[in-house]
Amino acid sequence: MANLPSNPALRRTLSLAPALGIIGIFMLIPVGIIAVFSFLEAKSFGGVVWSFSTDAYVQLLYERALDDSLILSPGYLIIIWRSFLLAGIAMLCCLVVGFPVAYFISRQPLQHRNMWILLITIPFWTNQLVRTFAWIIILGRNGIIEAPFHWVGILGSDDTLGLMYSNFAIAVGLTYTFIPLMVLPIYASLEKLDFTLVEAAADLYSSKWEAFSKVIIPLSKPGIIAGCLLVFIPSLGAFIQPDLLGGGKNMMLGTLVQFQFSTARNWPFGAAIAMILLAAVVIFLMIYARAARGQQKMELH
Amino acid sequence: MSVAQAAALPIAERARAAVELDNVEKTYGTGKSAVKALKGVSFDIADNEFFTLLGPSGCGKTTLLRALAWFESVTAGTIRLFGEDIVDVPTYKRSINTVFQHYSLFPHMSVAENVAYGLKRLKKSKSEIEATVADMLELVKMTDFAGRLPAQLSGGQQQRVALARALAPHPKVLLLDEPLSALDLKLRQSMRQELKQIQARTGITFIFVTHDQDEALSMSDRVAVMSAGYVQQVGTPNEIYEHPANRFVAGFVGDANFIDAQITSPVGDTVTCRTKGGAVLQADARNLLEGQRDVTLFLRPEKVKLAKVGAATVDGEITDIQYLGNSTMMQIDIGEAEPLVVTEPLGEVDQRLRQVGDRVGVILSPSALQILVE
Ligand SMILES: Nc1ncnc2c1ncn2[C@@H]1O[C@H](COP(=O)(O)OP(=O)(O)O)[C@@H](O)[C@H]1O
Ligand SMILES: [Mg+2]
Repeated sequence: MANLPSNPALRRTLSLAPALGIIGIFMLIPVGIIAVFSFLEAKSFGGVVWSFSTDAYVQLLYERALDDSLILSPGYLIIIWRSFLLAGIAMLCCLVVGFPVAYFISRQPLQHRNMWILLITIPFWTNQLVRTFAWIIILGRNGIIEAPFHWVGILGSDDTLGLMYSNFAIAVGLTYTFIPLMVLPIYASLEKLDFTLVEAAADLYSSKWEAFSKVIIPLSKPGIIAGCLLVFIPSLGAFIQPDLLGGGKNMMLGTLVQFQFSTARNWPFGAAIAMILLAAVVIFLMIYARAARGQQKMELH
Repeated sequence: MSVAQAAALPIAERARAAVELDNVEKTYGTGKSAVKALKGVSFDIADNEFFTLLGPSGCGKTTLLRALAWFESVTAGTIRLFGEDIVDVPTYKRSINTVFQHYSLFPHMSVAENVAYGLKRLKKSKSEIEATVADMLELVKMTDFAGRLPAQLSGGQQQRVALARALAPHPKVLLLDEPLSALDLKLRQSMRQELKQIQARTGITFIFVTHDQDEALSMSDRVAVMSAGYVQQVGTPNEIYEHPANRFVAGFVGDANFIDAQITSPVGDTVTCRTKGGAVLQADARNLLEGQRDVTLFLRPEKVKLAKVGAATVDGEITDIQYLGNSTMMQIDIGEAEPLVVTEPLGEVDQRLRQVGDRVGVILSPSALQILVE
């Protein structure tokens, strides 16, 4: 460390250099390339033509008719809407199921908590594709859920409940996949929570519900917000679940991007969708940062 | 005075008992790991009383407070609040509030919001809440801090807010669990006075928990001394200091000398007894039981007077001198099993005249020598 400059600010910058370099190479450059591609023209069979164009963004909202006039086309808007809707539903389902789970774990004796956390995270170690396929066996035609209906005779041999290849199946798949990302941050904030505060609330005439809504929820808010973001963001761009469980018709942004780069070979359009996804993510992260600042003030000493 | 006598309030006061505890028992856990934290606790606390639970750490003080607040259910016994049995009444329906040991202020609420919290749950009107919060903040001198978050306050200030928050709903009984133990000495002493004044001003019954005998003696109307889950004695500070019910109370409430002796004379107001070391002493006979011959005599160090050799009850040799600022504490060997601990206020005698090894006369007056009920 002898040759480091003595100016502390400069030294700090220099010592951050490797980290900054890695972020630059692995994040900024790819994002930059995508951003640039989204403003170029598409080559017919993949790749880009190097001339500026906003076509990719226009294409999201309009269809170009044969006479070159633009016709409003809701097709992609519906996909964007479906993505937000399903990501939102998955987030809410994860919250409703994940909060009680996190609460339960945080109330266990200290020596048991790590085991519960381990159980929650075990599915994460298995291949996501395989786990998603498992849902086809559960939800699919003659699957675990449908089979009893067939035996009892409520459903004829050719009938189906239609659980698979639907928005419902996608929501189930997203909820299932991302629920650990909801449980872990909520658990982290509940574990820090001083439960004598709950006693204090009861002491001051709070019913169980009031103690929950006025004390436990506000104090676990950072965990709840973090969990919601961690579920919502990857759900929004999810690709495997809509592809496998939604079938071809129920596209989401993730499947749409994948489709543009592979089958449709419209790189600028794929890049434009990716940029929109990125913008959504940045907006949500800013909301989170704002909430986290409020939290810091509370913990200041 | 026996424990049972001390526990019962005079008949006139009984009608106004704020809290009556009857044979309250609490066992944590079951089977081999069971811990009996409260054993047959019975006593009454009068309305508008500053009542203190005093005892060493682990004796069950917090458990008793938590049972009163219903954070912990009792295993047996009854608890009555102004005559009403509250054993099955949940916390949020009890007109009892708590000042928690570590304050437990809501970190996400401002000082004013903390104080208003209980009033809001009781569905008081907005104007009443505002007025009460302002009153309470003034009472604890925290008006200027109404908008701050708890994390922006010092320990002493948080303490005041916790007090205001618990007082705001005007409970019938206020529980305080070692509220001063986290404060530094100077602050602790000024808070003692202030708490006492606030209790008198509000007229709320205070149940105060401490392990510090100075705190208990200086603030309380009455004190219950606890040890190992039992209540050892209930009485005024003067009663428990001057007439401790047993050796534990005598030793816990202040410094004490114990001398084993045998009764040698018939019983009058005073009795004559002979110590193991052979000294013949006159002692106060009020605690002597019928037919009792072996007794333990008890004597506070400051009740001993020193005189010239031969001119006192017994003679002894100074074996240790400690300078305490406003007094000196000496150990004097008078030929008993333990040396006698004696404190002598400075100013009365020129302390420089006393030296380790000096022989002195020790005056043990019959009124200062008491027989202990074991
Ligand atoms: N939740 C609990 N579980 C088991 N034992 C406990 C629990 N709380 C307290 N105890 C035990 O009960 C006894 C009394 O404790 P406590 O009331 O906290 O004493 P104090 O407040 O006088 O220090 C102690 O022996 C303590 O170890
Ligand atoms: Mg305690």
